[in-house]
Amino acid sequence: MLKTFKIGGVHPPENKLSKDKKIEVLPLPKTVFIPVAQHIGAPATPVVKKGDEVKVGQVIAQSSSFVSTNIHSSVSGKVTKVDFSADSSGYPKQGIFITVEGDEWVEGIDRSEDLVKEISVDGPEIVKKIQEAGIVGLGGATFPTHVKLVPPKGMKAEVLLINGVECEPYLTSDHRLMLEKADEIMVGIQLLMKAMGVDKAVIGIENNKPDAIKLLNEKCADYNGVSVQALKVQYPQGGEKQLINAVTGKEVPSGALPIAVGAVVSNVGTAFAVYEAIQKNKPLFERVVTVTGKGVEKPSNFMVRVGTATSELIEAAGGLPENTGKIISGGPMMGRAIASLDVPVTKGTSGLLLMQEEESKREEIQACIRCSRCTSVCPMGLEPYLLMTLGEKQIFERAENERIMDCIECGSCSYTCPSSRPLLDYIRFGKGKVGAMIRSRKK
Amino acid sequence: MSITVVYTIVTLAVIGAAAAVILYFVAQKFKVIEDPRIDDVDEALPGANCGGCGFAGCRAFAEACVKASELGDLNCPVGGNETMSNVASILGLEAVKKDPRVAYIRCNGTCDHRPKTSSFDGATTCAIASSVYSGESGCQFGCLGYGDCFDACDFDAIVMHPETGIPEIIDDKCVACGACVDACPKDLIELRKKMPKNRKVVVSCRNQDKGGVARKACSVACIGCSKCFKECPFDAITMENNLAYIDSDKCKLCRKCVAVCPTGAIIEENFPPRKVKPEEKKETEPVN
Repeated sequence: MLKTFKIGGVHPPENKLSKDKKIEVLPLPKTVFIPVAQHIGAPATPVVKKGDEVKVGQVIAQSSSFVSTNIHSSVSGKVTKVDFSADSSGYPKQGIFITVEGDEWVEGIDRSEDLVKEISVDGPEIVKKIQEAGIVGLGGATFPTHVKLVPPKGMKAEVLLINGVECEPYLTSDHRLMLEKADEIMVGIQLLMKAMGVDKAVIGIENNKPDAIKLLNEKCADYNGVSVQALKVQYPQGGEKQLINAVTGKEVPSGALPIAVGAVVSNVGTAFAVYEAIQKNKPLFERVVTVTGKGVEKPSNFMVRVGTATSELIEAAGGLPENTGKIISGGPMMGRAIASLDVPVTKGTSGLLLMQEEESKREEIQACIRCSRCTSVCPMGLEPYLLMTLGEKQIFERAENERIMDCIECGSCSYTCPSSRPLLDYIRFGKGKVGAMIRSRKK
Repeated sequence: MSITVVYTIVTLAVIGAAAAVILYFVAQKFKVIEDPRIDDVDEALPGANCGGCGFAGCRAFAEACVKASELGDLNCPVGGNETMSNVASILGLEAVKKDPRVAYIRCNGTCDHRPKTSSFDGATTCAIASSVYSGESGCQFGCLGYGDCFDACDFDAIVMHPETGIPEIIDDKCVACGACVDACPKDLIELRKKMPKNRKVVVSCRNQDKGGVARKACSVACIGCSKCFKECPFDAITMENNLAYIDSDKCKLCRKCVAVCPTGAIIEENFPPRKVKPEEKKETEPVN
């Protein structure tokens, strides 16, 4: 029987329009804007200045603390300025503008397509290289990977879970990567296992990707300790805690990290980036981005250099459809609408969804009818209607006691609400306030 | 009369008398001695419980007044000087006169001045909108127009202008409690000195972007040109982060800054119309 997580979950229409589209390499842009904060943690510190010549793969911003990561140039050319520009939220963030000239790579990067299977480095060295290569969780949360691989004192990882779930509707970037780079992902998994010192890895894939399940199952024969677990299609199975529950049956306690139950979760994209960083010496400066939507002429999967403007991707997918209502960075459930087409692709951009006007509109907000659907779909076992009210009335102490910080912001509550109440909006607001409250208490 | 009834009455009377004696001694033992002046001061306060004084309601403010040795730091903005002098006479302290204050809105980014670049359809509160993104126009500092200040005002002193979507202060109703100041996530509202006849001269902009960027987002933005700073004869204007600021304690309402502002970011309110001299016509009309 297919496994899935135990509480909550929804199943929105999948709409995987681009699942049969091969990954295409997007032509080099003319300019890029590379933000220095593309990850959770402290922003990196720029180490280049106006007028500097940079090459592809060169460090342009240095990690500033342990929970931070390096940023590499994704293009070769001249730094035009180090300045602030609006990110997807419209607020300005620091970043580096580079005008592209040619495509000259830093020496030592292996640009060939050959598979390097032999692992010649030991565990600690792998972690160090991952840190240097600026690898972050590519599922969307962008948590620096090297931090995950070093468990806190007294805890030990037992199993590595590889997230190939891709439960967000529309997105297909992980799916295509699994089909096209299966061996590379497998080697990447071996590297991650070695770095963590575990001998078991499970790849979780939802049942709507039978081709990927079949292919990776075949590959498992060649690689020790790796197996594939097919999962029932259920959103948000790609959430870390949900995936652990689905595959191992264990439940991560409230407020704890997955390592508390001996698990570490990494995305398939991250496994591929790890392979490239260690076997090919290539830092993380490009990623697969799905460009999709019902009105899009050519829904596609592109290999994109970080810093490329959104407008270029849309152009490559056939241009902006006329009745576009919203452009969403990420999937329809957790993604955010962007306010401008100059917003760059970052390490965490898994997709770009162009929503048509009629499907993007929110329904009129009505009164809560106490149907409790939000409670039954919440995968964290919370009571969203209550958390929303507490956010509205600004009763944050109570919200904290009601475990508001456990919310993974999957949006299942807002999706399912028959009164179209903006549950997640208020919960996010409450989370921000409660988070600030907790931080000020620690000081 | 049956004997049972007699017993009942006697028993109850004895219990009642015993309880009265116990309660009397308990009340003596645990008596809370409260300064009677707290009640008097509380009585003298407006009873709005708005929190404008910085305390949790009028009672808490009354307690603080009674405890205080001087009233310099304590002020009831709703009651103003009159209330405070009453309080002072109850307590036998000296009343400290404070300038009455009033709220000023520091954004004039109406739809005409500030074109929309995107639209927001999430939960319509300023707090949520500003936590999600910078706003519907190119200006990340401006008014969002969802009326958190309007909701916060207990005195009906704020109205949302139906056309511009920007709040307006009704000066005569505003008591300067500061609830709107706290409610505005963009920090657009400021309590400033109340001028005679409710006259106002204020830099109605909080945009800290460089001039070009600010101007592109909004035609009445302060571009940080420093013209007003140079013009002001009273040193009331300071420049910081590409933004001019008029200190209301120094401002003498001469309006020279209004005349030199090239974008019309400095606005004047409640003044009689100016005499327009034919040779130096106002160049400050905002260009639209």
